[in-house]
Amino acid sequence: MTVPEEGQQSDGRPVIAEFVGTTKRFGEVLAADRLDLRIRRGEFLSFLGPSGCGKTTALRMLAGLEAPSEGRILIDGQDMGGAPAHARPVNMVFQQYALFPHMTVAENVGYGLRQRRPRMERAEIARRVERALETVRLSGFGPRRIWQMSGGQQQRVALARAIVNEPKMLLLDEPMAALDAKLRGEMQMELLSLQRSLGITFVLVTHDQQEALSMSDRIVIMGQGRIVQTGTPRDLYDRPANRYVAGFVGQANIHEGRVEALAGDGLARVALGGGLSVTVAAPFAVTVGMAVEVAVRPEALRLSSGAADGADAMVAEVLHKTFLGEHIECLLRHEVLGQVQVNVPRQAERSLQGADVGARVHVLWDHGCGLILGRD
Amino acid sequence: MRIYALSVYLFLYLPIGIIALFSFSAGRSASQMQGFSLQWYGKALSNPFVIDALKTSATVAFTSAVLASVFGTMAALALAGMKGRLRALFDAMVYVAIMIPGIVIGIATLIALVTVFDGVNPWLEPLTGYRLSMGFGSLTAAHVLFTMSLVIVIVRARIEALDRTLIEASGDLGAGPVATFWQVTLPLLSPAILAGFLLSFTFSFDDFIIAFFVAGSETTLPIYIFSSIRRGVTPEINAIGTMVMGASLLLLVVAQVMLRRAGGNNRT
Ligand SMILES: Nc1ncnc2c1ncn2[C@@H]1O[C@H](COP(=O)(O)OP(=O)(O)OP(=O)(O)O)[C@@H](O)[C@H]1O
Ligand SMILES: [Mg+2]
Repeated sequence: MTVPEEGQQSDGRPVIAEFVGTTKRFGEVLAADRLDLRIRRGEFLSFLGPSGCGKTTALRMLAGLEAPSEGRILIDGQDMGGAPAHARPVNMVFQQYALFPHMTVAENVGYGLRQRRPRMERAEIARRVERALETVRLSGFGPRRIWQMSGGQQQRVALARAIVNEPKMLLLDEPMAALDAKLRGEMQMELLSLQRSLGITFVLVTHDQQEALSMSDRIVIMGQGRIVQTGTPRDLYDRPANRYVAGFVGQANIHEGRVEALAGDGLARVALGGGLSVTVAAPFAVTVGMAVEVAVRPEALRLSSGAADGADAMVAEVLHKTFLGEHIECLLRHEVLGQVQVNVPRQAERSLQGADVGARVHVLWDHGCGLILGRD
Repeated sequence: MRIYALSVYLFLYLPIGIIALFSFSAGRSASQMQGFSLQWYGKALSNPFVIDALKTSATVAFTSAVLASVFGTMAALALAGMKGRLRALFDAMVYVAIMIPGIVIGIATLIALVTVFDGVNPWLEPLTGYRLSMGFGSLTAAHVLFTMSLVIVIVRARIEALDRTLIEASGDLGAGPVATFWQVTLPLLSPAILAGFLLSFTFSFDDFIIAFFVAGSETTLPIYIFSSIRRGVTPEINAIGTMVMGASLLLLVVAQVMLRRAGGNNRT
């Protein structure tokens, strides 16, 4: 199922690039399946999805490193057709950086400027290279050889080599994948502030949902070569279109049920079986009797020793508790629903009193929490 | 085990070592050490026939190595762009060319060239007063034929190991295919090409068998040594042999170092 882009009308920012029914086949493999997407000027857009879902292929088609089998790619309103990579106003940061080993840092960064015709003056190139190196906090490293740079520094060189050309779009293919967790966090912040200060459109490919959620203006969720859902991080988290998105962005309890009644305000009452019903959001029109899937985030559920107003309660057995710092992850078993996960925040730790492994506790599902998922 | 290995090395290198040793002899016998002197080196380097042969060898070696490097690199690049059966066929043919014994290449080149010359000369001579014959050209061509395969194999290995994304990155940064070739592909291949050049040079410089057939009136250093041996061996021959060997070893070591460096470039 493909969900229309949210907020397309409300956001008046001009479109900088567009996929129009873009398809890419590698022999039998359908790496990109009829992609339709508008990328807006100045936004930070992420492609998010599991390995092999076609994220890199989509990015490479934008860069001109791969030609679409069908459909078109527009950049700044112009059909890119068969335009080769060197004729496109975009630059890419490659996953393994792809720095030229036979050049110094400065020569690497200046490479794009040296290709300009008419030629740019040497002094001007040197000036811009130095400024780009400053931007990525590597001033003074110009004369070094590539192999004298650490992984994180190489990554910055790759970044400088791309932004020095002032591209209309910067494409990044998992640029942080090779960095350790701490460095990755730092680079994410730097990348974000760089994007804000340069005002360049960034298109990032990642399979790290945390990275996508924390950095992006919008996220494109991909699965098996197709765009599954596009939206802001909040949209995707609060209103996942289907099971795939709900499971991929954050954690979710997903249960089968049947619509029992419409509750107004975009809410519906869904029977989950065993006499248990819950009130959830219905993002699209549903009818009574319809079989649906509902999803609820583990942190939206609460544990309690008894029932409460404004919430549906079910009794479940505690299977397992894991302390994760800011919250405690509880796995429970309910006779009808099977496994249910509840994340209890530290400040609500008191609700866990008596909830030892093997004990039976009340799980509270507040009215309006969770939502009905579309079928994929 | 040790003893066996030692004997093998002795068997291989003792004769060569003795030649080198005897070249410093002060006596007239090539097979006896009588005192120490550098006189035979002096003799060899002041012998005009030796100097001429050395010049011929060096010219042929340099010319054929340059041609082999250029054409071999071009062929390797073309092969890398080819796919499927045709590529496998050409690859196999390159290896076959390396494996064919020098004597076969020599005879085959001789017969082929003689046939061509006999066919062309009756037309060419009345028209231009010039006739094709065996000599510098045929010798260089025969050497290129063989050494080009060496260059192809070495450069091919380097191309296979080349990081494709470097080429893509160059394109992404605005360089067209030609600019990418000169600025990225060629510099990255250059250690392998240079190694191929040095190997080709060494091969051509040392070659006797092919030269024996197709050199015509030209006298290369190996041919000179061969013909002077028939007039009796003096320590002068030992001195020449030692110098040729020393130069060849030096070039081989340089070629090895270049190849090692080519491999090292890959790591980044
Ligand atoms: N050059 C190619 N030749 C053949 N198949 C390819 C090629 N490039 C990609 N594919 C296939 O296309 C599909 C999508 O690949 P792609 O590299 O776009 O995935 P990805 O989402 O970037 O995955 P990852 O997160 O692992 O990088 C995969 O099934 C892959 O095997
Ligand atoms: Mg990828």
